Amino acid sequence: MTARRSTLGWHLLLAPLALAFALPLVWLVLSSVMSDAEINRFPPALWPHGIHLGGYRYVFGNAMFPRWFLNSLIVSTVAVVSNLLFGALGGYAFARMRFGGSRLMLGLMLATMVVPFQLTMIPTFLVMKWLGLIDTLGALIVPSLVTPFAVFLFRQFFLSLPREMEEAAWIDGCSRLRVLFSIVLPLARPALATVAVLTFLTAWNDLSWPLIAINHDTQYTLQLGLTTFQGQHHTKWSAVMAGNVITVLPVLVAFLLAQKTFIQSLTSSGIKG
Amino acid sequence: MSSIPRALTLAPQAPAVQASARRAARRRARRERATAWAFIGPSVLVILGLSIVPVIWSLLLSFRADDLVTPGRWVGLDNYRALAQDPNFRTAVGNTLLYTALYVPLSLVGGLALALALNRRIRFIGIYRTLVFIPFVVSATAQGVLFSFILDPDFGVANALLHHLGVAKQGFLSDPNQALYLLVLISLWNSIGFCVVVYLAALQDVPPELVESARLDGANRRQILRHVTLPALTPVTVFLVLWQIITALQVFDLIYVTTKGGPLDSTTVVVYFVWQQAFQLFTAGYGAASAYVLAVALLVAGGALHLVRRRQGRTEGATR
Repeated sequence: MTARRSTLGWHLLLAPLALAFALPLVWLVLSSVMSDAEINRFPPALWPHGIHLGGYRYVFGNAMFPRWFLNSLIVSTVAVVSNLLFGALGGYAFARMRFGGSRLMLGLMLATMVVPFQLTMIPTFLVMKWLGLIDTLGALIVPSLVTPFAVFLFRQFFLSLPREMEEAAWIDGCSRLRVLFSIVLPLARPALATVAVLTFLTAWNDLSWPLIAINHDTQYTLQLGLTTFQGQHHTKWSAVMAGNVITVLPVLVAFLLAQKTFIQSLTSSGIKG
Repeated sequence: MSSIPRALTLAPQAPAVQASARRAARRRARRERATAWAFIGPSVLVILGLSIVPVIWSLLLSFRADDLVTPGRWVGLDNYRALAQDPNFRTAVGNTLLYTALYVPLSLVGGLALALALNRRIRFIGIYRTLVFIPFVVSATAQGVLFSFILDPDFGVANALLHHLGVAKQGFLSDPNQALYLLVLISLWNSIGFCVVVYLAALQDVPPELVESARLDGANRRQILRHVTLPALTPVTVFLVLWQIITALQVFDLIYVTTKGGPLDSTTVVVYFVWQQAFQLFTAGYGAASAYVLAVALLVAGGALHLVRRRQGRTEGATR
């Protein structure tokens, strides 16, 4: 009896708290399906009368949103795939192979993890300009091809795997590449998932670098597009909120589908990193 | 690693055979080295090329007057001297420190409190945890756009709710006395879930025997929290302090989307100042100098925290 009463107390505390966290997002979805008349008055309606898809129609009809969505998808997908590939290759070499300069290179890579972005952003802009990539998706892709975080995470994971199977395969004449792809990586699912999840989240959500590297609106990512769209259409709130829903939805869906992986990725990278 | 194949060929043999075996081993080591460098090549190129090189380049830039378009010239320490005099930079530093001083402790205390509340097995606990965490995956852009709408002085739902409660309309993000505090709140909404998740994971690792024996010794809940749970969480707390300081000192996206440093420079932070100098006013050398000041501050903060952690470890060892 007392046990049940104390659980009820916790529910009374936690349910409103949890709802308070969700409320802004609920309002985001509600306002995206309101009519302009419901939004643009004071006080605004708190619940839409029927579902108005005018905002979504506006966003998909005459704005560049589909293009921006595609750009974001391209940049994030390339970042995920290349971080998995180059992170695993680099991490494997650092974990298992002996070669001159490996300690120095690993140390330098770890040191770059604490370099703040604003220190590198001006020269990175100049490098991208020199490569002729400014104002193209390439300028967004190249700096995110591989992060020290991915290399280091793979290295730590590979170090925790037993060596015996690899060594047997290696002595049998398998190349390092074969060993990595057919023996090690199938065992490295958790590391692959962690790198994929965190890379996607970072790449999809970034604003500051696209803001610096991109001028032309055909090359905008969704985040950059959304801010300029808001600046230009600040009275068309239902359309702005519809665009906002489209921007948030992919990461939200990804999160809800792979919640456990997501949380494990964050805590493992957090506690160990 | 490379010793294993060599060990296999070390049977007593004629010197000629031994020599050829040694040659083969050397060839193998050379191939191994080439493979390794091929493996780390892409990472070295991207990470060092776009990190170590820019760090040095930035330092050189900070001693120059440069607009990124026309050739610049060497000005020595002039940029740093000018920064020390620049009232806008001082405002940016002040705003950044205020933001950090509010954001870091609030996110840690709030995160810990929520984690302690969520650390129990009751119905719906999964849903509660999910809802607290969900804002973390929302981008700063989306947060900024959403809260600009909620806090819009004329049509926003926040003022509508205040209106129902009989409170006068507020300026919110357009009020220089409120804007920075509201940005702290928005950031907390987004990032407290991260602290909660990290603390929740760490709470699973607090040895239950320790809690149990403290209870048997007659400790009450608050005493257990203070003398058993919190000390066990110290490493995670240190990590979170460091992480949140780094995050807070680098805040930019949210401010760009919501206030653009305004109103009246009340939300101009250091990174915003750097960005403005380099990419709006085309004084890249000056921007690089201000970025360096921030980076050194970050380094000092990190170093100080590292020292605190070391000293803590030592005193713990001494009392044991």
